[in-house]
Amino acid sequence: MPRKDLLELASLSREEIDRILDQAVPFKELFTRSVKKVPTLKGKSVLMLFYEPSTRTHSSFEVAAKRLSADVTNFDVAQSSVVKGESVRETVETLQAMRTDYIVVRHGRSGLPGMIARQTKASVVNAGDGAHAHPTQGLLDAFTVKEVMPEMAGKRVLIVGDILHSRVARSTSTVLRRLGVEVAYLGPGSLVPRACPEGVRRFTDYREAMAWNPDVMYLLRIQMERQDAQYFPSLREYHRVYGVTRERLRELDDKGIWLMHPGPVNRGVELCDEAMDYERSLINRQVENGIAVRMAVLYSLKPEGSGALEAP
Amino acid sequence: MSSTLNAEEMEAGVDRLAELILAGTEGRSIALVGIRRRGDEVAERLRDRLAARGREVDFGTLDISLYRDDYEHLRENPQLQGSDIVFEVDGAQIVLVDDVLFTGRTIRAALDAISDYGRPGRVELAVLIDRGHRELPIQPDYVGIPLETDRHDHVHVSLANTDGEDKVEVRKKQNP
Repeated sequence: MPRKDLLELASLSREEIDRILDQAVPFKELFTRSVKKVPTLKGKSVLMLFYEPSTRTHSSFEVAAKRLSADVTNFDVAQSSVVKGESVRETVETLQAMRTDYIVVRHGRSGLPGMIARQTKASVVNAGDGAHAHPTQGLLDAFTVKEVMPEMAGKRVLIVGDILHSRVARSTSTVLRRLGVEVAYLGPGSLVPRACPEGVRRFTDYREAMAWNPDVMYLLRIQMERQDAQYFPSLREYHRVYGVTRERLRELDDKGIWLMHPGPVNRGVELCDEAMDYERSLINRQVENGIAVRMAVLYSLKPEGSGALEAP
Repeated sequence: MSSTLNAEEMEAGVDRLAELILAGTEGRSIALVGIRRRGDEVAERLRDRLAARGREVDFGTLDISLYRDDYEHLRENPQLQGSDIVFEVDGAQIVLVDDVLFTGRTIRAALDAISDYGRPGRVELAVLIDRGHRELPIQPDYVGIPLETDRHDHVHVSLANTDGEDKVEVRKKQNP
């Protein structure tokens, strides 16, 4: 049975993950055609419900929905009735009355997309909720790793940065580990949880983490406000200790290590300027793959009340 | 259940279809485009037959899953197989190939799908089996085997590479 919603990855079976990753391949192939869209969701509506600003995830979902021929409406909550005190419940009732078929939601509070999903017939896709989950990011990262290393089992991905507050770290490591990839975390002791998930290595020292021989280095975006909360002394200090400096970039090159980042990059913090042109950088590919994976996700979901015929 | 058509009869059908295409497209350079699944296998066999007669043709496969008209009625959307069209579609003389022609809805979807790759000069339709009962104004240009069926019969085609053997079974509708 297909799912109605995609809220997090932990409850997805290995088969469901494999299926989404497999189905993203033909969607990606569409991007090289003269016409990049298909009529699959013609007449269906996708509502973008973003309580937190996010240019990249928002536009990636919007492009994905439009390439499936859906009508996209932006319900820009930051500037709307929430400010006037309208509750999430009232907003959802409004959306239900609009008969929207899919809702893509981002919210600062963990679990809110799930709450919306229970109240509506529409399929709900979580586009990031608090520090909880960002499932399509995890799937697009897994898809990207798989593209360069089709045999994923036993490969090593080192996730670097603010693990503690990162839903990207959580979702991406969940799906990678499910696919047999070994995952390790590296960051300041204050930003890497003492209790890592079972089987995940924890490093606070860059050299020790490199000695683990990762195949991919995945840099998380440092949120500027963390600096004020004194998780680390300064951005310059962070770059020196955990960033990919010019010297470290040469080491990555020598060892053939792939570089990933969910974007947008803070230049001079996670990465030096030169890293933007690094041969094994997958950062732009992550953007392109994000659209294909989100198309595959929308295609895989079925809103409540869909037909009952067997798939042909 | 006994097969309605056996492997020999199907081979003869492919031969006939290849002859009809050869005669109908003489002097033109064509591209065979097989509709997945099974139309692609029929198209491969046609390509080999044409090659044996000295006719080289362009070749492609088309997955129409994203162009269907019945998602509303499906519990689950079909698995995508992907298309593979590498020749220049603009101006091409395309022969769409499918295993069975029934309502015509798959061909309607295929016409939409192929036009998203470019603007063909001409599109024709070749089917191994025409079982009748069209629901759209679509007719084949080349037919290997015409097959009399009832509207509610289930025509089940097996092909060697896809299904392990060549045969066609017609299952009568239960409890008419």
